Amino acid sequence: MSIDMSQFHQVFFEECFEGLEAMESGLLTLDMGDIDSEIINTIFRGAHSIKGGSGTFGFTVVAEYTHIMETLLDEMRDGRRKVTQPAVDVLLGSVDCLREMLTAIQNEQDINNASVGKHKAALEVVLNGGSMPEESVFPVEQELVDEEVSVNDASDIDEEESVGLAEQGWKIAFCPYLDLLKTGNDPVRLFRELNELGELTTTVNIQDVPGFYELDPEECNISWDLKVVGDISGDEIREIFNWVEGDCEMEIQPLAKAVKSPPVVRKIDPEPAAVIIPDNHAPKSAEIKPKPVTEIKKSDSQDSDNEVAKTTAKASSIRVDTDKIDTLINMVGEVVITQSMLGLVGENFSMDKVGQLKRGLAQLERHTRDLQQSVMNIRMLPISFVFSRFPRLVHDISSKLDKKIVLKLVGENTEVDKAVVELINDPLVHLIRNSLDHGIEMPADRVAAGKPETGTIELKAYHRGGHIVIEIIDDGRGLDKDKLLSKAIEKGLVEENNLLTEKQIFELIFMPGFSTAEQLTDISGRGVGMDVVRRNILSLGGNIEIISELGKGTTIAIHLPLTLAILDGQSVAVGDETYIVPLVSIIESINITERMLNKVAGKGETFRLRNEYLPVIRMRGIFNVHSGNPTKSKEGVLVVVEGQGELCCLLVDELLGQQQVVIKSLEANYRRVEGVSGATILGDGSVALILDVPGLVRFSIR
Amino acid sequence: MAQEAENKDIDQYHYSRNLDNAVQYLSFALGKEEYGVDILRVQEIRSWEPVSRIPNVPCYEKGVVNLRGSIVPILDLRERFNLSKAEYTPLTVVVVLQTGDSNKTRIMGVVVDSVSDVISVDKTEIQSAPDFGTKVSNEFINGLVSVNERMVMLLDVDKLLKLEELDQDES
Repeated sequence: MSIDMSQFHQVFFEECFEGLEAMESGLLTLDMGDIDSEIINTIFRGAHSIKGGSGTFGFTVVAEYTHIMETLLDEMRDGRRKVTQPAVDVLLGSVDCLREMLTAIQNEQDINNASVGKHKAALEVVLNGGSMPEESVFPVEQELVDEEVSVNDASDIDEEESVGLAEQGWKIAFCPYLDLLKTGNDPVRLFRELNELGELTTTVNIQDVPGFYELDPEECNISWDLKVVGDISGDEIREIFNWVEGDCEMEIQPLAKAVKSPPVVRKIDPEPAAVIIPDNHAPKSAEIKPKPVTEIKKSDSQDSDNEVAKTTAKASSIRVDTDKIDTLINMVGEVVITQSMLGLVGENFSMDKVGQLKRGLAQLERHTRDLQQSVMNIRMLPISFVFSRFPRLVHDISSKLDKKIVLKLVGENTEVDKAVVELINDPLVHLIRNSLDHGIEMPADRVAAGKPETGTIELKAYHRGGHIVIEIIDDGRGLDKDKLLSKAIEKGLVEENNLLTEKQIFELIFMPGFSTAEQLTDISGRGVGMDVVRRNILSLGGNIEIISELGKGTTIAIHLPLTLAILDGQSVAVGDETYIVPLVSIIESINITERMLNKVAGKGETFRLRNEYLPVIRMRGIFNVHSGNPTKSKEGVLVVVEGQGELCCLLVDELLGQQQVVIKSLEANYRRVEGVSGATILGDGSVALILDVPGLVRFSIR
Repeated sequence: MAQEAENKDIDQYHYSRNLDNAVQYLSFALGKEEYGVDILRVQEIRSWEPVSRIPNVPCYEKGVVNLRGSIVPILDLRERFNLSKAEYTPLTVVVVLQTGDSNKTRIMGVVVDSVSDVISVDKTEIQSAPDFGTKVSNEFINGLVSVNERMVMLLDVDKLLKLEELDQDES
């Protein structure tokens, strides 16, 4: 191996995880009992490429494991095995197990052999146990199947028994060539001898037997799976088969290690035996073949490249649609053309070229903006990166809770910044768990309430303005306002005779330590979490709101900025200073004079906007601005903003202009400043602060 | 006195051939007083330029400027030390200093009247600072040294740039 394989590890792992995800989602969509071959094919392909890859890279454990999965999947694909709920569950478990294994390998940790063994055993049980002849699929072979069923059952029972005893013995796959009989060998004699050594069980595979008219009685079209139980040495067995060596394909394995292949399946398999053999002898080929490969590679990849692997493993990467890259390249081309055009204008510049210059600059501006957009676009990932994990979560938890729940995903292709994708996962998991646990009722309760037995959780993502909105909608029991309120009063979070709006009551569930769940479960109910969820979302610059109707369901809507790096801002002047108000939080702006404000109790001020009194925040006051022309503050512009669901007005001197600003952290070198979410650099190189509207509202109340 | 500077945690190679005891300081003036900071903490020296004010912070935190794309806070040392205010002139200087540990470094600018010199100080000559009482609280001062009959107060950059509210926010 002269090629350094470790350089491809990162790609391999990425592909594996991608494949696992595809397998997982495929498994979840498998309609029970009904085989959609396309889905099974997808799952199979996933397993297959993981197997291939791990074989190539020398991760034998993974390859072996995947091989067993593949065997099972292959049978499902060919319709030899029904897709059953337990089988799917086991496969899901295996996906988890594979993920664990791969993560362990990626981090250069030891693989947890115990758990791998457990999953492997579960897989094997499914492989051996649940196989049923799919009679309807192969009507041609009907007679054969019927004929075999009895043999079949017998061997199945036998096998189960013997598994229980953990017996000693050998498993022999005996597949004679067509001309075995012509050499004078009679398999029956062999079997008799075997039977003398120990208890012999034979299973016949006759799928290769041709139709009656093609049948040549001198040819041996049958193969056998043999099992001898007893304290026998391998040599003794080999001795018996000595005579037929060269006239057959044969593999002998001790029983203890053998992963029992499903004998039943072979009988009715319509495919030629030659293709099937490697599959049905899965454990053997997996155990024997990859080993030498592994050893070679271990020496070259693990020893020398440990460090390399370690460093590369941590590198985070992003997969970008080639279309996006193409757009980007186009854009760069445009910019270059514009630049050279401007260069030409600049050479021998004279006043009559001003028009041309202006045109060029306008073009440059447009291209720069487009370029920026495309670059930002590269960071955009479809939200399905997050959503794709939830079907699994819902599947697992609903079966744990004995609830029937369907998860609907809407708008999975909505794109959002990578950073947001990474950070939104945990809050969403939490919210969905909540919906599963508290939201959706038990099936019986649902029926009693006149709702369909199966609950629905809808996970929806869409763009609105510069935001992405993620909604979690359940049709469960909804939030009980009275209960929430009494609980809050009981806990002393709210004073007894405080009048709260519906919205404020729902907000209570975000308070730390607040839980209405009667009993704690391991899924939710401890009352931590919702406050963390809200804090996380706020820290992303988003907000969260709840709409709920008792008995009908709950909708939790999360608003998040599309990107954390750039925002559309409205620059406003306060005195000599410039501030940026995020455009998304602005509802409208109104020119006013001092007279239009109403004093409240000598302190606060309100502004009446269409029959609604809104609190006014004087930016001069709250930011202690003394510069500029103070008389100007007699009149100014009210910017009506929305922060955390509340409307309020910011009184500024003047609106300056709208622009996209690049958000810079104030905290990198400085610290957090109240009412300010960050800073940006304006066209003239000076720094302007970006207002944090919800923070400002909170700050002004104090 | 022309020995080269020494700083334990930074450049070993630079000083291996020299005395263990020499440290270089950048000295600057605030009014008639002279201060020094470890020269290895100095990133650059700039002239004063208008800052963007930050609302609701102590008055010595003058604001932030754009330093090649990063937002850098500017502190006025005169105000920090409760010295009389001085008008900013084109000669007013901002010394950009680095602070922080290996995990995270911050960059901050301090406004001083003028930079004077690079002085080499024998560590053994550094005297501990007496209690000044009011004006400059002891906490910023590492020690005193006299250079050409002038007293130079050596400042501890990390302590100097530790904004009081900073740690609260982080915790």
